[in-house]
Amino acid sequence: MSEGATNEYWRWPESTWTNPDIDWKKGTLITAGVDVGSVSSQGVVVVDGELYSFGNTRTGYDSPDSARKSLTMALGKTDLTLDRIDYCIGTGYGRVNVPMAQRTITEIACHARGANFMYGPEVRTVMDMGGQDCKAINCDEKGKVLNFMMNDKCAAGTGRGMEVFADLIEVPVWEIGPRSFQIEKEPPMISSTCVVFAKSEVVGLLEEGVPENDIIAAYCAAMAHRIMELLNRLGVHEKFVITGGIAKNEGVVKRLEKELRIKTAETVWYRPEYKAYPFDTQIAGALGAALFAEAMVRKGKAQSVRKA
Amino acid sequence: MRAYYGFKDGSGDWFICIDTDQCTACGACVEVCPAHALEVGENEYDPMSEALVAGVKDAMRKKIRYACAPCQPGYGEKPPPCVAVCEPGAISHSEAWRQLYGKK
Repeated sequence: MSEGATNEYWRWPESTWTNPDIDWKKGTLITAGVDVGSVSSQGVVVVDGELYSFGNTRTGYDSPDSARKSLTMALGKTDLTLDRIDYCIGTGYGRVNVPMAQRTITEIACHARGANFMYGPEVRTVMDMGGQDCKAINCDEKGKVLNFMMNDKCAAGTGRGMEVFADLIEVPVWEIGPRSFQIEKEPPMISSTCVVFAKSEVVGLLEEGVPENDIIAAYCAAMAHRIMELLNRLGVHEKFVITGGIAKNEGVVKRLEKELRIKTAETVWYRPEYKAYPFDTQIAGALGAALFAEAMVRKGKAQSVRKA
Repeated sequence: MRAYYGFKDGSGDWFICIDTDQCTACGACVEVCPAHALEVGENEYDPMSEALVAGVKDAMRKKIRYACAPCQPGYGEKPPPCVAVCEPGAISHSEAWRQLYGKK
């Protein structure tokens, strides 16, 4: 490789969006959720229980800064300011490092709540594929957690693992999914679970001259298999949804569906009036946090801290 | 709600399961745990509920395999103290300890 090659294939695009149909000035209760993960951070603003805006950014080395950045992105082009927000809840791996949050809630509860809002009350199993962990959650029709299982001790089968892999084979991370199907026949999956060992296995395959797309397929299959193990232990029920960044990788999602013999729900908003809005699987946690904030203030479980 | 605390790695599934619907938050398990791994607090997975429940301390979750091992969960002659003391039977352990350390 030539010196000074600075292509960063893991860099997925950041995004932000504001709901054109809501005027926050007419809202009575404005709440925010900030999900600081190990790889990505999201800020979501909710006005009277309706999605107003979100920002999705990469987490930097400074968690409070990433939290601020994600919420600033969410407030973005609007004239809504931080001091007009009634209540803010932090969640995710870096939730203790969210300076503007009044309290924290675990991402497990928030993802179940967020998925319930995004995909509808029929959701029974939520698989959150995070940057550094994965969580399988069973929930009821209100988005309340019934049981869950989390694996955060190892980065195998997570978003960061996929980023490392993308960098290694020099394919942008968003192309991994489509390219994993440009193969003649499904190759045997990467046998190592561990990201570090999987990496050396991939290097070995590259040296053997195995086509790139086959290696991509093999890695996606391995990741799907690993997720399935966690899901099988907890039990999967329809409607089954995947949240987090890996949900955007059809190479993993389709293979997981095949192994589980269960389809994942379509990534469209449950509520018909939301149909035209962008659907980002990564915002589920922050959205759940903002909805909890709304419910807590409304029910008097928390006091509004609005200053302006 | 069944809350699983612990982790899964290449050697197996290492989890303590606490059934929060059965837990009365009496705190007996907290008293008897020699590893001081348990605590009673707010139900962090159900923020809207007021009820207190037992849970595994945050710092212990990633080392539960070693914290619980001396009590021989699932394979010793006696059940671990936390399981024995829990009147509603809300605490259980996953199989890995028995599978790996139990008599074959």
